[in-house]
Amino acid sequence: MRTKIKFSSVVGFLVLVILVVPLLIVIITSFGEESAISFPIKGFTFDWYANVFQQPDFVEGLKMSSIVAIVASFLALVVGTPMVYVLTRFDIHHKDWFQTIFLSPALIPEIVIGFALYQALVISLQLPLFISLLVGHFLLCLPYVVRLITAGMMEFDESIEEAAWMVGYNKLSAFFKVVIPNIKQSVVAAFILSFITSFNNIPISLFLNGPDLNMLPTSILNYLENNYDPTVSAVSVILMIITASIMIIAEKYLGLNKLT
Amino acid sequence: MKRSTVLLLYPGLLLILVLLILPILQMFLPTFTGDQFFLEKYFNFFRSSGNMQVIARTLIIAVVTTLITLSLGLPTAYWISRLGDRWKKVVSIIVLFPILTNAVVRNFAWITILGKNGVINNFLMQVHIIDKPMTLLYTNFSIVVGSVYLFLPIMITSLVSSFGQLNFEVEEAASVIGARPMIVFFKVILPQLSVGMLTGSILVFVGSLTAYTTPQLLGGNKNMVLATLLQQQSITLGDWTSASVVAVVLTVIAVLVMTIMNYGTKLLDRRNAK
Repeated sequence: MRTKIKFSSVVGFLVLVILVVPLLIVIITSFGEESAISFPIKGFTFDWYANVFQQPDFVEGLKMSSIVAIVASFLALVVGTPMVYVLTRFDIHHKDWFQTIFLSPALIPEIVIGFALYQALVISLQLPLFISLLVGHFLLCLPYVVRLITAGMMEFDESIEEAAWMVGYNKLSAFFKVVIPNIKQSVVAAFILSFITSFNNIPISLFLNGPDLNMLPTSILNYLENNYDPTVSAVSVILMIITASIMIIAEKYLGLNKLT
Repeated sequence: MKRSTVLLLYPGLLLILVLLILPILQMFLPTFTGDQFFLEKYFNFFRSSGNMQVIARTLIIAVVTTLITLSLGLPTAYWISRLGDRWKKVVSIIVLFPILTNAVVRNFAWITILGKNGVINNFLMQVHIIDKPMTLLYTNFSIVVGSVYLFLPIMITSLVSSFGQLNFEVEEAASVIGARPMIVFFKVILPQLSVGMLTGSILVFVGSLTAYTTPQLLGGNKNMVLATLLQQQSITLGDWTSASVVAVVLTVIAVLVMTIMNYGTKLLDRRNAK
């Protein structure tokens, strides 16, 4: 008994170290004075952080990635929540079939979605890149919304809604005044997870960005192809700070276990 | 009343049809044409040994990544599930943080570690174990390292949730009647975890099968996988039909693997429920 516990704690502890150390190295290298990334670092400077904000691709990318993530998550919630509500609340024929279709964007490799949308929306339909990009990220977010809202609806006590009907709410106002407040936590969790997923996405944005439409992760990828300096470490640290802030917000309002 | 609520399903259905299914079909259909035979493009694709190498590399990396994350994830998840509440929370934050951090950041970290002037080579040269830097980066090895780093937290998370449902009393009972720890682990614990292991493996296998960022950053130009081949054929070479063939092959493999493994999970679920 004891040997096994020892074995698993040794492996577990080592795994945690492996998970943390690479990110720590990135944080440390962002302060090095040398123009090529080196570890251990020589000197100490904040210059690379200043340099991040002098890269128009990074600044514009941060803005664009945030906008796209917010709008796409919002659209996925607006489209997804009523769908899930109907699917979980009423007896629908071919329920599994609908569920599969609503989750289907998660079945197809992201890079294939980006590629197919580029051909269909940008080339064939001549839609603006921004709209096509939003479509791609909306599809990316939808399965997360479907999964999390379904879980929320399962926990929601139907009789509360029926009570609201009885005291004279019509179905629409009962949905907004009774159902939504009761599944609020799942809605917020779905929004946060969709936001992170969209904000971090590369394969879909890869095909749907252009000279005037930079997303932050693809901009970093492009920058890395030609440069290898601590600016990348600095922008990585900024991304880690964003992740940490989102986790703190999520922990405060939901509890982190809602996100997994 | 009921009929009108069902109508709420149709806008979403229509959106997915127009924005996802039709574009995918538009990409699929032209690949099934040829001068002599409708599968001609696929014959040509599979006849090239370079392409077969790419497929083999993609599959092998996905299999190896899944096996490594599984064997590191199992003891880790076991350890986490037996921690006290306070430590459990700290550890789950450490596991969750990388999942939510951008893949570029996580792969870039390994460039700084595995590169010619990276942490490992610098260290080994300073202590005089080697006198020339080793080639660690831009190899199949570095893709696997990056993929394991990327997917290990996801594997741990799905295993921890299935450890949460584990019946520890059976384990104690087994050791009370004298079963050795290793036997308890393989005969008592593992079977209860099979569903969690499969769920985690699906996520990791399909994730690394279709991953673009890791092979792009850590694999270099020589070590192509299907996702980077798709990007090269389309964006770099502008050969949209060949790229579509790659996209179809990648999609079919991914969907096939997911369907088979999901079916396996369902079978196991049913067996465990009995």
